[in-house]
Amino acid sequence: MIPIVVLAVLGVGFAVFSIIAGSLAGPKRFNKAKLESYECGIEPSPQAFRGHRFPVKYYLTAMLFIVFDIEIIFLYPWAVAFNKLGMFGLVEMILFILAVFVVYAYVWRRGGLEWD
Amino acid sequence: MSDFHSPSIAYTALAPMLCIGAAAIVGVLIDAFVPRALRWSAQIAAALLGLVGALIAVAVLAGTHTVTADTALSIDGPTLFLQGTIAVLGIGSVLLVADRSPALDGGAFAAQAASTPGSADERAGIQAGRIQTEVFPLLMFAVLGMMIFPASNDLLVLFVSLEVLSLPLYLLCGLARRRRLLSQEAAVKYFLLGAFSSAFFLYGLALLYGYAGTVSLSGIQAATLTGQHNDTLLFLGLGLLSVGMLFKIGAAPFHNWVPDVYHGAPTPITAFMASATKVAAFGALLRVFYVSFAGLGWEWRPAAWGVAILTMVVGSLFAVTQTDVKRMLAYSSVAHAGFILVGVIALNRSGLSGSLFYLLTYSLTTVGAFGVLTLVRDPDGEATHLSRWAGLGRRSPVIGSVFALFLLALAGIPLTSGFTGKFAVFSAGVSGGATPLVIVGVITSAIAAFFYIRVIVMMFFAEPVADGPIVATPGGATAASIAMAVAVTIVLGVFPQPILDMANHAAPFYH
Repeated sequence: MIPIVVLAVLGVGFAVFSIIAGSLAGPKRFNKAKLESYECGIEPSPQAFRGHRFPVKYYLTAMLFIVFDIEIIFLYPWAVAFNKLGMFGLVEMILFILAVFVVYAYVWRRGGLEWD
Repeated sequence: MSDFHSPSIAYTALAPMLCIGAAAIVGVLIDAFVPRALRWSAQIAAALLGLVGALIAVAVLAGTHTVTADTALSIDGPTLFLQGTIAVLGIGSVLLVADRSPALDGGAFAAQAASTPGSADERAGIQAGRIQTEVFPLLMFAVLGMMIFPASNDLLVLFVSLEVLSLPLYLLCGLARRRRLLSQEAAVKYFLLGAFSSAFFLYGLALLYGYAGTVSLSGIQAATLTGQHNDTLLFLGLGLLSVGMLFKIGAAPFHNWVPDVYHGAPTPITAFMASATKVAAFGALLRVFYVSFAGLGWEWRPAAWGVAILTMVVGSLFAVTQTDVKRMLAYSSVAHAGFILVGVIALNRSGLSGSLFYLLTYSLTTVGAFGVLTLVRDPDGEATHLSRWAGLGRRSPVIGSVFALFLLALAGIPLTSGFTGKFAVFSAGVSGGATPLVIVGVITSAIAAFFYIRVIVMMFFAEPVADGPIVATPGGATAASIAMAVAVTIVLGVFPQPILDMANHAAPFYH
């Protein structure tokens, strides 16, 4: 328990120290880029780009990528331990892949894979 | 590396969950391959088939006691009772969702959730008569999570099912057809706070694993009995875990999302959340406390007393000040969470069966009450402001009386199901040594009765407002849902013994 408390105190202390030290020691020169969120894509607020909506294509693609990424992460250890997992593992993995495949079919049919 | 033993899975015992899961996946396929014109009716058919199948499976399984999937799931009396309740609530909610009769302006859901509120895109979608059919598969995935939640026999499955039930609900909250900004705000609020509470839950889970060296509920119970582990981890873990679950229940002080989210969400979804989510979350809470931490009653009961008293008082008092019927019902659901907590705290067999019975009665009445809300309409959607309800009972006596019946049941007036439920929970509280808590419960019930009856007085004894709201003639689906709620409310008030016996036989937990 003590190590957790020590770590928590260190963590909080470091954060407080950095903020105070930064505000005291650092130069303050205005720059518009400083007000933007760091490497987070398009600014959604207070208003999207020129009053329009910002495209979500990138996010859609990224989310699809993550879904299949996760699928691969599950497939790897399964493939490595295939001999030990045997029939049970095979059936469970087929069920899992089928479930992901259904979602894939949905995305494909509803136009999620089209860029424009 | 130790050898892998494939777990034995009793598929028959999982049939209710498999039915719902299959219906959800079929729903996704329907959305992918069925032409748009047929989608809505195909979705309704798939969802209802799945729910009815699950209900039949629960009935067939009655009396089963088994722990399956390598101690991950426990199919026992309380699980089956709650799963049956959730299936019935699912049917009631799907019927409310399904109603697209013209009197209801074509249903409660957005034509296309992605179009900006107020845009030409949105108007085109509404004119074309479109509607977001994904509602049904999302609803079914939420039901799936709710069915696994009270059956979970270890903390990891508990967490996964918590997420399975929560994620679709976050989306569903944002799909309202009218007042879309309010609905989207509700979705964002619910998502942020829900994610936050999930993190609490997960942290508690990790600490409890550190305490017991296992995530199974029976394993944690065994560890608490030896008393040779680190108690700090235990109590921190228990506290954090409780925060996660009390949030879903809507107990004070974790109730702040309830009024906003219930108010903003499409009313059929509010009906579903206020009923089925509460049933599932209380089922899981009961199992965790009755199985893992029953031996520690002296330690956690004082905190639970505080939460229960606060929940009852906050729910009842804030409900009195509400001017919106939907928000009033939201606060009343907070108060009811407090009443059911009395049954949880009783920590005995009658506490468990009383809570199960209360959950059944309260949740069905709630579905009916929100069902009535969908019918009282202004030109721009539902008229939920209390002042608009003045004289409503005179102009449409049937709907007025039905709503009055639901309010009386929520207030706990004899000869309605609410009275039987409250009696079961409070008498369990007395036998479990929580008499002061029961006294608070009775007093807050009296406060709550005030605002329920105030609405009834307004509906029947106030002059009707000029150009007041129209009471839409319900489509068959809504009518069926409300009729089911009316029937259960009356039958369980007048003749509750068979279901009370069922709840008594359901207890205790098997692990």
